[in-house]
Amino acid sequence: MKKSDTTEKINSGNEDNSGMKRRSFVKLLGGGIFVFIQPWNVLDILASAPPQQRTLPKDYNAFLQIAEDGTVKCFTGKIEMGQGPITSLPQMMADELNVPLEKIKIIMGDTDLCPWDAGTWGSQTTQTFGPAMRAAAAEARGVLTELAAERFKVPASQLEVRNGFVEDTKNPKNRVSYGQLAKGKRIERFLETKPSVEDYTEFTYVGKSYKHSDATVKVTGQAKYTGDIRLPGMVFARILRPPSHGAKLSTVDVSGAEAVKGTQVVRDGDLIAVLNENRDRVDEALAKIKAEYTFNELKVNDSNLFDRMVGADSRMNVVRTNGDLEEGSKISERIFESEFHDPYVAHAPIETHTALAQYEGDKLTVWAATQSPFGLQDGLVRQLGLPLEKVRVITPFVGGGFGGKSMYTQGIEAARIAKLAGKPVMLEWTREEEFFYDIFHPAGVIRIKSGIDKEGLIKLWDYSLYYGGTRGSDTIYDVPHARTVNYSQLKDSVAIHPFGTGAWRAPNNNSNTFARESQIDIMASEAGIDPLEFRLKNLKDEKMIACWKAVAEKAGYTAAKTPSGKGIGLACGTDAGTWVAMIVEVKVDKNTGKVKVERVVCAQDMGLCVNPQGALIQMEGCIQMGLGYTLSEEIQFEGGNIKNRNFDTYEIPRFSWTPKMDCVILDRKNMPPKGGGEPAIITVGAAVANAIYDATGARLYRMPMTPARVLEAMKKA
Amino acid sequence: MEEKIRFTLNGKKTEITTEPNQTLLWVLRNQLGLTGTKYGCGTGFCGACTVLINKEPSRSCTLPVSDVAGKDVVTIEGLARGGKLHPVQQAFVDHDALQCGYCTPGMILTAAGMLMKNPSPTRQQIIDGLEDNLCRCGAHTRIIDAVETAARQMKGGK
Repeated sequence: MKKSDTTEKINSGNEDNSGMKRRSFVKLLGGGIFVFIQPWNVLDILASAPPQQRTLPKDYNAFLQIAEDGTVKCFTGKIEMGQGPITSLPQMMADELNVPLEKIKIIMGDTDLCPWDAGTWGSQTTQTFGPAMRAAAAEARGVLTELAAERFKVPASQLEVRNGFVEDTKNPKNRVSYGQLAKGKRIERFLETKPSVEDYTEFTYVGKSYKHSDATVKVTGQAKYTGDIRLPGMVFARILRPPSHGAKLSTVDVSGAEAVKGTQVVRDGDLIAVLNENRDRVDEALAKIKAEYTFNELKVNDSNLFDRMVGADSRMNVVRTNGDLEEGSKISERIFESEFHDPYVAHAPIETHTALAQYEGDKLTVWAATQSPFGLQDGLVRQLGLPLEKVRVITPFVGGGFGGKSMYTQGIEAARIAKLAGKPVMLEWTREEEFFYDIFHPAGVIRIKSGIDKEGLIKLWDYSLYYGGTRGSDTIYDVPHARTVNYSQLKDSVAIHPFGTGAWRAPNNNSNTFARESQIDIMASEAGIDPLEFRLKNLKDEKMIACWKAVAEKAGYTAAKTPSGKGIGLACGTDAGTWVAMIVEVKVDKNTGKVKVERVVCAQDMGLCVNPQGALIQMEGCIQMGLGYTLSEEIQFEGGNIKNRNFDTYEIPRFSWTPKMDCVILDRKNMPPKGGGEPAIITVGAAVANAIYDATGARLYRMPMTPARVLEAMKKA
Repeated sequence: MEEKIRFTLNGKKTEITTEPNQTLLWVLRNQLGLTGTKYGCGTGFCGACTVLINKEPSRSCTLPVSDVAGKDVVTIEGLARGGKLHPVQQAFVDHDALQCGYCTPGMILTAAGMLMKNPSPTRQQIIDGLEDNLCRCGAHTRIIDAVETAARQMKGGK
């Protein structure tokens, strides 16, 4: 960062909001060296559009502070939900600032202290936030060098920063720590240009493996999640919920609830909540409310849903097109047409949506299990009519999100109830509420018409998506005549999805990769070509080819036409800037239809890998979680009624499902870092479907591949 | 009607006055301030609320507090002794056997209880013993490794 890119505003006379936030911030944190940024300048906000519109704050926000004791505080609006930025972001900062890793303290997800952020999703933290944070650190390093140059009266070019000290290369006696330099100072710097992404080589901390820095507090029970925070006078709340989506409250009698000792019932329109400082009595009171509902539900269920989607009057949008489909048909020797189905899938984090809301005078503070603290802050401003500076959201540790906690309804509810009750309110959704109000992975249909010539080269690719989503719908393969069409909800027509849908880890890429890679396998098998050879023949993308070579070598892959009886399945794809190739091995019980995934080998090109251990753990997590949408997870529903509302009827992967895993991260130190929290999940469904086909000759067109569906497909094979 | 209920909690004699049908999970979290024991499903399916009762892993979200009268209860806060992590806790740290950490207390107590009964479990016995504890982040393979390591260390250390 060049000096000309920054300004120094030590005593700004500007009395607007921004100045106030900055001054209160500096007051809050004491002296030292601060580097501020304007987030819309530095972060590529348009690339990660938040789910709701926001007027961007006209404010500078701090990225880092070097305190008088030499501690470096890093402030980020990102949150920690197990994906590991609490470890990887300090690694990046330690390198840029030349400071020991243990000197860095990270403060996350607090809207009063941290720079604005759209939300923690899309595998964006390392690739988007990382470079901005590095630029702030580089700026701070420049300030430190200048201060040391003044102190020693030597040119800055003669100085070096090392391990938290500035040293004079010509006079070893001239050595001063960052803390000494920051002492008694209050220096504020402002970054005004977008940082460039450069020189990712020669690092001390980046690229080395570090264990989760939050492990000790998590194994001892000391880690605080939202539900663990206690405030004086706090009460627990539950909300009266309808039996199904679309049901409307007609009559209600809360007298039974009010008779339960210590219970307060509050009401604001449709929101009826019971409160008690004793959590058991909350349940007892809620059960005593008598409520009746009217039902006006969609005539849709998990069986007729897919026909309804394909038959609906939809908005049609050509996502991409190249060549001429007619010409593609003409030059194809064989044409293949398939239809793939994917159901609604729940996020099911073990920590349910939880929030604690407290009013102090006219200032509202909400602690929340959320992937979007600033989104919740905006929501509170909008829905409670409060000024932005009167609303603070704090995000403690989050017990899993996977996209589901980008929705923050519970935070709004807790705040509304706290206002009505006049005391701090803890609202912890029950597991049933978590399943009922989840924003599910959207169900969808994918139709593919594709063709190959005599050599097995793909000449035609006509891809239609119904009501899922387009992420991961790229063709990947080198096809001269291709088109992708997306059919989605027509404005003002009957809703296709009977309840909320949203982003589920690598949103919709699981469905698209399942369909695409199954279709590729169908063509390879019919052409009598080994599925790896078939893919390599049709790929020009060098990163994907490199991933295939790495994964085939690791797996000890031997070529075979399918079905070979061996139970080997392949799939590849890209997500969040990362390339993935996967080979799995399954055993299928031919009597029960039960599938056991024995081994998963996965290779990924994610550019520079900041924390290889953390990235590996994310890959393993993706594979294990991916087994769920592949084999068992499906929301069963009738109209607006969700039938599976707990873990007895909604089955997520267990220990006995765990396959042997071999994960390879390609060495790409010279490339910018890309996403790692989602990519490896996208290929699991397709690879397993292809392995089932290889084992049995039965082709599955619908996820999850339950024993019943596998048996049915085997009968047809 | 409220009653006095006496039990041993993390090695200390404890007496509380409460209604006997109160849920152990909420008593631990809200009355006794031990928030390491987590709510996950409220029906005993997920294991996030697991505590040891007389060394037996038990689901505190479905138990009335009166059930532990006269018994020995250990929560995640009581597992480390004298500032030293229990071998299972240490193995979870060493193997990076967690992500979001929310299921971790229940996992660790289930594993610790299992190792008290069977100090030399096979890998398959570890899998069977943890089968009804749910982890959504997918740390399973590392959790199995961690429990294997802890079992080895506990035998070697005694």
